[in-house]
Amino acid sequence: MKEDKLKIAGREFTSRLLLGTGKFASPKIMKAALAAAETAIVTVSLRRVDLKNPRDHILNNLDQKKYLLLPNTSGAKNAEEALRLARLSRSFGLPNWIKLEVTPDPRYLLPDPTETLSAAEQLVKEKFIVLPYINADPVLAKRLAEVGCAAVMPLGSPIGSAQGIKTRYHIEIIIEQATVPVIVDAGLGAPSHAAEALEMGADAVLVNTAIAAALNPVKMAEAFKLAVMAGRQAYLSGLITETKIAQASSPLHL
Amino acid sequence: MNITDLLTAPDLDLIAAQARQETIKYFGRVIQLYAPLYLSNECENCCTYCGFNAGRRIKRITLNVEQAVAEARVLRKAGFRHILVLTGEARQSVPVSYLEQIIKRLKTIFVSISLEVYPLATEEYRTLIQAGVDGLTIYQETYDRQTYNRVHRFGPKKNYEWRLKTAERAAAAGMRRIGLGVLLGLHDWRDEAPALADHLNYLLKKYWRTQFQLSFPRINPVEAGFKVPYPVSDRELLHLIISFRLLFPQVGFVLSTREPARLRDKIFSFGITQMSAGSKTSPGGYALKTGGGEQFNIADGRGVPAVVAAIKKAGYEPIFKDWESVLK
Repeated sequence: MKEDKLKIAGREFTSRLLLGTGKFASPKIMKAALAAAETAIVTVSLRRVDLKNPRDHILNNLDQKKYLLLPNTSGAKNAEEALRLARLSRSFGLPNWIKLEVTPDPRYLLPDPTETLSAAEQLVKEKFIVLPYINADPVLAKRLAEVGCAAVMPLGSPIGSAQGIKTRYHIEIIIEQATVPVIVDAGLGAPSHAAEALEMGADAVLVNTAIAAALNPVKMAEAFKLAVMAGRQAYLSGLITETKIAQASSPLHL
Repeated sequence: MNITDLLTAPDLDLIAAQARQETIKYFGRVIQLYAPLYLSNECENCCTYCGFNAGRRIKRITLNVEQAVAEARVLRKAGFRHILVLTGEARQSVPVSYLEQIIKRLKTIFVSISLEVYPLATEEYRTLIQAGVDGLTIYQETYDRQTYNRVHRFGPKKNYEWRLKTAERAAAAGMRRIGLGVLLGLHDWRDEAPALADHLNYLLKKYWRTQFQLSFPRINPVEAGFKVPYPVSDRELLHLIISFRLLFPQVGFVLSTREPARLRDKIFSFGITQMSAGSKTSPGGYALKTGGGEQFNIADGRGVPAVVAAIKKAGYEPIFKDWESVLK
């Protein structure tokens, strides 16, 4: 059987669990959690890292041979700011991959669809590999794929809310119609939420708060790793469909 | 859940645990550090509780641009990337053009510049945002009009309405972050807290793009000997922080060096997201040692490394940078 790998923009990854780097109590714990998750893609907030400082706490603790660094534009409230952050990131030699976040509302951090689309279009033109964070809007997901985004990242529920996948029906439509990988991002509060996303057929999930804010982030990272693997395997194994009536475990053969 | 119920909650320990958890969930185990940079202590107001009040005979100083930059360099060297620029209210010697000039210079040194200066007009805020400001702190001091009128004896600050609408003018101008608060001790905090919550709720709905913050400053009297009419105890302060945290889980809270080290270390994890460290409250206090009068006495006099160590010891990461200059 062909090895089951996540493929984005022609590049293969061994893990379907992407991790964020915010909210950790120390770079040491962050590093240990990334290792325990066996993640392959790690997102970093451009406003948190100090690109000019070679000893930056976050960047200095990320082995770029091991992880693809996925800079994100968190803090941008419109397309223009997201573009500036992305260009800044590339000018300092970070990968030309960008997790596009345009969140004008600082309370729920919900993404602005029109600004995200226009930023994505421009970034693709500038040869960035663009992974936009979006609300679970199937039409928007199609539009973003059409302009050349490498994946779409619909939210399960607001960032850090730990509510799980509240947007299930729309994410199912996004997955059904997808021509690019679908990465469920934001709101996953427990490993079971991550497993659910993978069972639904999502290609990957991104988790930060549920791991960083856990009592034991390292063990929680491992728990998410296992859940993602279980969810993926279940999806590939063909889940049985729900039915209203009972299906006997030992059918009667009369 | 409303503020009155929270403020009368019999079991502080129970809601304290919730508040701590909410804070970690939304903000993580991190504390963002900033430092105040006083540009001037000249002031036309007579606020009875303040060290800068016009009735006091203190050494009055307004830093020139080069002096401000010298102060800034000391703060940058100590690690700060976010600063809060403060002045009294003296439009003649501290005009907006002066602030604009200094902010442009400071923007080459810091990633985030917030202001705590006299209330400005919308257009003036636009000018300063253009120059590089991204945050504003404006305390109403007290929402009780009678008390407000009494403690602000004379000067432009007497205008309650103008001050009350300041946050709106700044938000309309596009200010990214706006901090509100009352000066605890001027009036009964049980009345102030619901008024502050109402004000914040109103602003959150109307200016949904703006990030609002709260501070809970207690009067820290200068040597003038202002008698605090409604003292707030440590426990009451904590109760306030916890109650507001549960009501506004996504709003950042600031705790300054007005509070002593022991208390700050003990209570920050219940809701605080930003702290100052190594602060001086007189213009020229860091590098120039001008001997200018202070706004209030610092209670937590620890240097930056000691505050950093205390935050780490509590299992939190102190962060100096959480903004980027390309964001306006």
